[in-house]
Amino acid sequence: MTPEDVDLFSKIVKERSGLVVSPNKAYLLESRLLPVARRHELGDLEALAAAVRSSSPEAILEDITEAMTTNETFFFRDIGPFDRFRENILPPLLENRAASKSLRIWCAAASTGQEPYSLSIILMEMASQLAGWKVEIIGTDISNEALNKAKAGLYSQFEVQRGLPIQTLLKYFTQEDANWKISENIRKMVTYKHFNLLDGFAGLGHFDVVFCRNVLIYFEQSDKAQILDRICKQMPADGSLFLGGAETVIGVTDKFKQVPNLRGVYSPA
Amino acid sequence: MKKILIVDDSKVIRMVAKKILQELEFETEEAADGQEALTICKTAMPDGVLLDWNMPVMDGLEYLKALRALPGGDAPIVIFCTTENDISHIQEAISSGANEYIMKPFDSEIIQAKFDQVGLL
Repeated sequence: MTPEDVDLFSKIVKERSGLVVSPNKAYLLESRLLPVARRHELGDLEALAAAVRSSSPEAILEDITEAMTTNETFFFRDIGPFDRFRENILPPLLENRAASKSLRIWCAAASTGQEPYSLSIILMEMASQLAGWKVEIIGTDISNEALNKAKAGLYSQFEVQRGLPIQTLLKYFTQEDANWKISENIRKMVTYKHFNLLDGFAGLGHFDVVFCRNVLIYFEQSDKAQILDRICKQMPADGSLFLGGAETVIGVTDKFKQVPNLRGVYSPA
Repeated sequence: MKKILIVDDSKVIRMVAKKILQELEFETEEAADGQEALTICKTAMPDGVLLDWNMPVMDGLEYLKALRALPGGDAPIVIFCTTENDISHIQEAISSGANEYIMKPFDSEIIQAKFDQVGLL
């Protein structure tokens, strides 16, 4: 791949998704875009670049962007945030919403569904407390392929073993050949939508809790800031934002402040 | 340092498991079947047991039941690690006193996640 091709592909991904392909990740272009080239019956990356330069077919541009997104995730990833959600964030929120009995949660990088389903499982375990409540979990992602998998709720043996206690697996999954399918009552708690974080949030409505973990690290500082600012606008004063373990709002935005003693949790400032 | 007893009739699997567990800073001990494992437990209970199902002499499930019947035998945390990956086997293991269940093949990430969940890490 020529440096010009690297620039071309990186620019497409950046423009369409905001995701930055840093020079040290350029090697990923090769491994991830070759299948895209093949899918469009182009022999190699040079041919792919040529196709983009000549006519920029929408389908190819979309596949390139999608191929460069990272879908790495697992059930109850990092466990800590889920404990904090259940033990520290939910109880006061349920108290504050006792009148409306409604709760909206957004997983802003839902990927293949493990995060929203982990939240659904937590809420299902509290079903008696939530009787009569309207709880909505919205999972969005830029990758259609990831969302399709999320909607299907079908996971490999390897995937269900990363993070799911065996009792949870038995309780909420059924076996389908070598795979495990999430039960219908968990699956239907989550609504999935294709969504680009650079687009307007207003259509999504308001959210009491937003999980936006391990996605902003791929964005430029200015995009990070405006995404966080716009999340804040969709959130009531007692809402909470969860970021990934290596992420922070410090030096990025002053719209959120760290919740004392709850690592990775932020509230509107 | 917590001690983990690795019970598997495959020397290769024991070696792989041993390497992963030692990287997680566990002390390890090995047994090639349930009978050997039981003898070890009668002398000193380990903190955890990584347990294969299908083994000669005494299989994993028999061993687990015998272990749980020993004085102090309810203390070790038992994690099955087997190619038996259907729901009925998993349910039988859990109802017989297993704490967790790993379906082979496994890798260090799965071992770490499971050991973390049961509180051994």
